[in-house]
Amino acid sequence: MSTAMLETQSTDTADAAIQAFTVTFLIRRFDPDVDAEPRWQDFDVEMYATDRVLDALHKIKWEQDGSLTFRRSCAHGICGSDAMRINGRNRLACKTLIKDLDISKPIYVEAIKGLPLEKDLVVDMEPFFASYREVQPFLIANSQPEAGKERIQSIAKREIFDDTTKCILCAACTSSCPVFWTDGQYFGPAAIVNAHRFIFDSRDDAASVRLDILNDKEGVWRCRTTFNCTDACPRGIEVTKAIAEVKQAIIRGKP
Amino acid sequence: MNPESAHVETKIVDGVHYHQYDIVIVGAGGAGMRAAIEAGPGARTAVISKLYPTRSHTGAAQGGMAAALANVEEDSWEWHTFDTIKGGDYLVDQDAAEILAKEAIDAVIDLENMGLPFNRTPEGKIDQRRFGGHTRDHGKAPVRRACYAADRTGHMILQTLFQNCVKLGIEFYNEYYALDLVMTDVDGVEQPSGIVAHDLATGELHVFRAKAIIFATGGYGKIFKTTSNAHTLTGDGVGIIWRKGLPLEDMEFFQFHPTGLAGLGILLTEGARGEGAILRNASGERFMERYAPTIKDLAPRDIVSRCMQQEVAEGRGAGPHKDYVLLDCTHLGAEVLETKLPDITEFARTYLGVDPVYEPVPVMPTAHYAMGGIPTNVAAEVLRDNTAVVPGLYAAGECACVSVHGSNRLGTNSLLDINVFGKRAGRNAVEYAKGVEFTPLPDDPAGPVRRMLDQLRDSNGTERIGAIRKELQEEMDKNAQVFRTDESLAHVTEVIARLRERYRNVAVQDKGKRFNTDLLEAVELGFLLDLAEVVVFSARNRRESRGGHMRDDFPNRDDEQYMQHTMAYLSGDPQSSLADDHIRLDWKPVTVTRYQPMERKY
Repeated sequence: MSTAMLETQSTDTADAAIQAFTVTFLIRRFDPDVDAEPRWQDFDVEMYATDRVLDALHKIKWEQDGSLTFRRSCAHGICGSDAMRINGRNRLACKTLIKDLDISKPIYVEAIKGLPLEKDLVVDMEPFFASYREVQPFLIANSQPEAGKERIQSIAKREIFDDTTKCILCAACTSSCPVFWTDGQYFGPAAIVNAHRFIFDSRDDAASVRLDILNDKEGVWRCRTTFNCTDACPRGIEVTKAIAEVKQAIIRGKP
Repeated sequence: MNPESAHVETKIVDGVHYHQYDIVIVGAGGAGMRAAIEAGPGARTAVISKLYPTRSHTGAAQGGMAAALANVEEDSWEWHTFDTIKGGDYLVDQDAAEILAKEAIDAVIDLENMGLPFNRTPEGKIDQRRFGGHTRDHGKAPVRRACYAADRTGHMILQTLFQNCVKLGIEFYNEYYALDLVMTDVDGVEQPSGIVAHDLATGELHVFRAKAIIFATGGYGKIFKTTSNAHTLTGDGVGIIWRKGLPLEDMEFFQFHPTGLAGLGILLTEGARGEGAILRNASGERFMERYAPTIKDLAPRDIVSRCMQQEVAEGRGAGPHKDYVLLDCTHLGAEVLETKLPDITEFARTYLGVDPVYEPVPVMPTAHYAMGGIPTNVAAEVLRDNTAVVPGLYAAGECACVSVHGSNRLGTNSLLDINVFGKRAGRNAVEYAKGVEFTPLPDDPAGPVRRMLDQLRDSNGTERIGAIRKELQEEMDKNAQVFRTDESLAHVTEVIARLRERYRNVAVQDKGKRFNTDLLEAVELGFLLDLAEVVVFSARNRRESRGGHMRDDFPNRDDEQYMQHTMAYLSGDPQSSLADDHIRLDWKPVTVTRYQPMERKY
């Protein structure tokens, strides 16, 4: 039987064999109480290839500068807190491994674009969630299911909207969209994804309401199909395809 | 704060914002939002959360939610009740387990009716899969009881509950850190009258006056290093209750989930084994056959975690350091992995560079779930001792201890717990609020929090938050994890005392008001130190092995002495670094209805 251990396990020497690198991070800092404009600050951090960018931010905050400010929670890509621009691309810091970046050059980290900058890597998420709320992102069913029973839905009908149920509302897509950058009124990809999730749910009866909302001048027709959103989605949702399906549904009606 | 909603009776006095609601819910995970859906239509309700609701850790739950729907094979809520009691090694309160299993069916149907996209059977009903410890007819064979949405069931529950909160126009105060429960002395009895919260965006304090308060603040897995828990799971709610002198129950029982990605702790759902994945040691042996011949890899988590540790301790671990075992999914085929287990397949690929379609995945136990917490009765009312309730105060979800999980929770019973007892908390809080007037607030209710924050921010301390927390977490992993002894627990007791001394000298580098996460991390560390101390103190006192609490020096279950709940109270000098100076332990009887304790074999 194993026993609880009082001494450190002797894995330190073995771990030392794994090579650590010094990686330079250039982080766009901003504290509106102090700074007139955002500024870039560099930090050198000892990292392993399998470390995540979030690990680097933590090492900086915990060992060098406690004032570095960012959001994070689950640290494995499911809560959607830590979307940021890493080397110019929208990604989750907790899903971006050092080995997948070119560390011969500094790694640039900045807040996502298109939402008001609050401090360092933190933006005001409220406009993003306001767009989300506008598309009525909840089931609206006219029929009552049999008391104490589930509504019946075939495997095939469930599959139609499977992809868009994966959304974690991280805003990586919306804040990667050039249309959203220039026109903050545009609903943005994430709101459309969440409308799609209900428009194509066979249990829902309010597709026409949502399609009307998205037929607005700030709706789906603003999409210029640049695929930035699809590239940015950390959940692998085919965002541009979902937007195209909503466009089709506006023209031809819900399938 | 949701700008669409009306501000309710806000005033500002001496820089502190005052709000008034019938019901205030602290925490916007599954339990909090389920309570809000129940409370919102019947009472003026606010939800305050340190995160945006969709960031809550309910969203990380993967495998399923148990309910004896019998959609795919014969099942009954009685069997579910029995499995829950046996799974909890007979420390479960049996009346509560019966409610959990009975109300599970409506809880799942409620979620489906609210829109949750469960996986479906060929007939279009909710599909169900196998999970650890859930059996047919009192242990005869595994049963398909877990309702699921791929391996993102928790994500879909969190999203569905949030969607329905949006539908109902529930008022949220996002990124507000609750830091104190305000109690008012009414005729010699302490009554809850409000919550004090710190608004992360502005650094300002808010007092939420309420008739009823529901705690749904989740767990505290960050007392350990290797954990499936989010960085934000620092036990603030449980810590607040503790500091008020209210008891905490069964804190020694912490669940270590068997299949965390080795070295990282990121969770791989038990649903993988439910779908047929197998644990193997270095030689490829399916070692669980030796330990649990009937249900093998689907034994409850405490047992599987111990067996894995034992395989490694006896030299049968895999890898260059023989320090992990392997989760073999290769025979499941790409289609099952991509459709039923897509997220964990991606986790293994992303974080370990291992493709589960072709290679077994290195795994080891990871700190996952607190069975203990704020004691409540089955109405979700918080207890102030073994029997008396604190009127108007409720708790539900991981922060609470009903106790439906006893000394070891079964997989899929936590998503169930948050729905059943979240709903009960919300419903009962409305009834309570309807019948009472507001309790008056004491003078300067935000005073203690303001002083705590000012002291931390203004201190010229030299100790780094990160350094203290790292040492705490590493020492807890080494000494209070799957296997414990009096020696290891005594050692970590001394470590915690030393860390509590150092914490007095902690440094907050960020001196600003806006988004000061440095300051909040210091506060969170204080809660972690408090809770780790209670966990270890309670563990040392339980000189037996039961469920998630395995004592190498007392390897057997001792029903004669220990078939009772631990109740820990803060009493004496709370400032002292020594646990002996301020923790008092008591016992609370286990409620036994139908099932007498038996030897726990699988």
